[in-house]
Amino acid sequence: MGEGMDVAPEFGTEDHVWHVLEGVPDPEVPALSVVDLGVIRNVEMTGDSTVKLGVTPTYSGCPATSLITAAIELALKDAGYQPETETVLSPPWTSDWMSEEGRRKLKEYGIAPPSPCGTRGAEMAIACPQCGSTKTKLVSEFGSTACKALFKCEDCLEPFEYFKCI
Amino acid sequence: MATKENTPNAALLDYVLGVADDSLVLGQRVSEWLGHAPAMELDIACSNLALDLIGQAQLYYEYAAELDGQGKDADDLAYHRDAHEFRNHLLVEQTNGDFGKTVMRHYLFTLFSKMRAEGLAKSSDEKVAAIALKSVRELEYHLRFSSDWLRRLALGTDEGNRRVKEGLEDLWAFTFEMFKDVEAEESLYEAGVVPRPSSLKDAWNEQVAALLEEIAVAPSARKAAPTKGRVAGHHTEHLGHLLAELQFLQRAYPGLSW
Repeated sequence: MGEGMDVAPEFGTEDHVWHVLEGVPDPEVPALSVVDLGVIRNVEMTGDSTVKLGVTPTYSGCPATSLITAAIELALKDAGYQPETETVLSPPWTSDWMSEEGRRKLKEYGIAPPSPCGTRGAEMAIACPQCGSTKTKLVSEFGSTACKALFKCEDCLEPFEYFKCI
Repeated sequence: MATKENTPNAALLDYVLGVADDSLVLGQRVSEWLGHAPAMELDIACSNLALDLIGQAQLYYEYAAELDGQGKDADDLAYHRDAHEFRNHLLVEQTNGDFGKTVMRHYLFTLFSKMRAEGLAKSSDEKVAAIALKSVRELEYHLRFSSDWLRRLALGTDEGNRRVKEGLEDLWAFTFEMFKDVEAEESLYEAGVVPRPSSLKDAWNEQVAALLEEIAVAPSARKAAPTKGRVAGHHTEHLGHLLAELQFLQRAYPGLSW
């Protein structure tokens, strides 16, 4: 991933499956691909076109989970694969698995990316994705989806969402 | 449903069902705030709390169905059992009351369920451990949310303080049940499959006492303690009403799906 931008990997390889998955957006934060989000735990070719995938839910009750699985299967079928997905619960998904690329895209999209999980529980300075100020205030632990909290920037006064570390 | 055979598997099935029922019932209660919460942010927060809880319930029900081995699925267990078959703690089925009582219930129960989940995360049963570990992180946010709101309400105004105190008085009698060991579960405690309820009691009491002191709310002196919800399905009158609403669609149109 991240390399071979000009040459698409060959069909039937795990690299190619990852390549296809990079084109599958998260249904709730479409700026991120399912690969950026870190929910694909493993990919294994089990035949010429049959592939086995482990997918992990972000939150236990995330309503996008079944949609994500369906989108993954659809994209792979369109690419000529016969996917078999399996839900993997352990180890549990953590926001630390979000890729650097994912964090950058998230910020551009207007959502503050998650802090490293070591800081969980401590009050941390979340930078405003609009103006970069760290003079920000938590409005609510829960935002429009389970994975986000609501913040307000006290410099530019914009409200924004923060992707929680979990 | 769970037969009362004296096998470790039957005991584990009952236990897992109980954890699932706790999550489902509390999730349903919290979701009753949708469209009614005191502020938009709280409406959204309540829907997220409910989502986490119902998601956790689903994972536990799926495992219970697997242990049961009779071809049922999570929906069968959630929608087609009657109140006396539910194995949730009495605390979670208590009505919402005002927002002060709701956050008090959420705090008292989540503090317990997070400790329980931390114990279950070390279970010798891999599946239970995986589900529990996932839920611990979510419950941390529930605990932060509910304790922060207790602070805001009880330290904000006299009325807020009074309502939080009334919530505590309404609920306290139902907290004793959470720490009662169950004879049928002895083998599970011994084998390190699930934590012994009584082992969580001191730490829980200590943390609750510290928070109550911080928010200037006197502890409750209530001692009466109904404790037969989880172990025998003797529930308060509220559970039947809750289930009537929760289960209506699947009872009227069994097997209906989107």
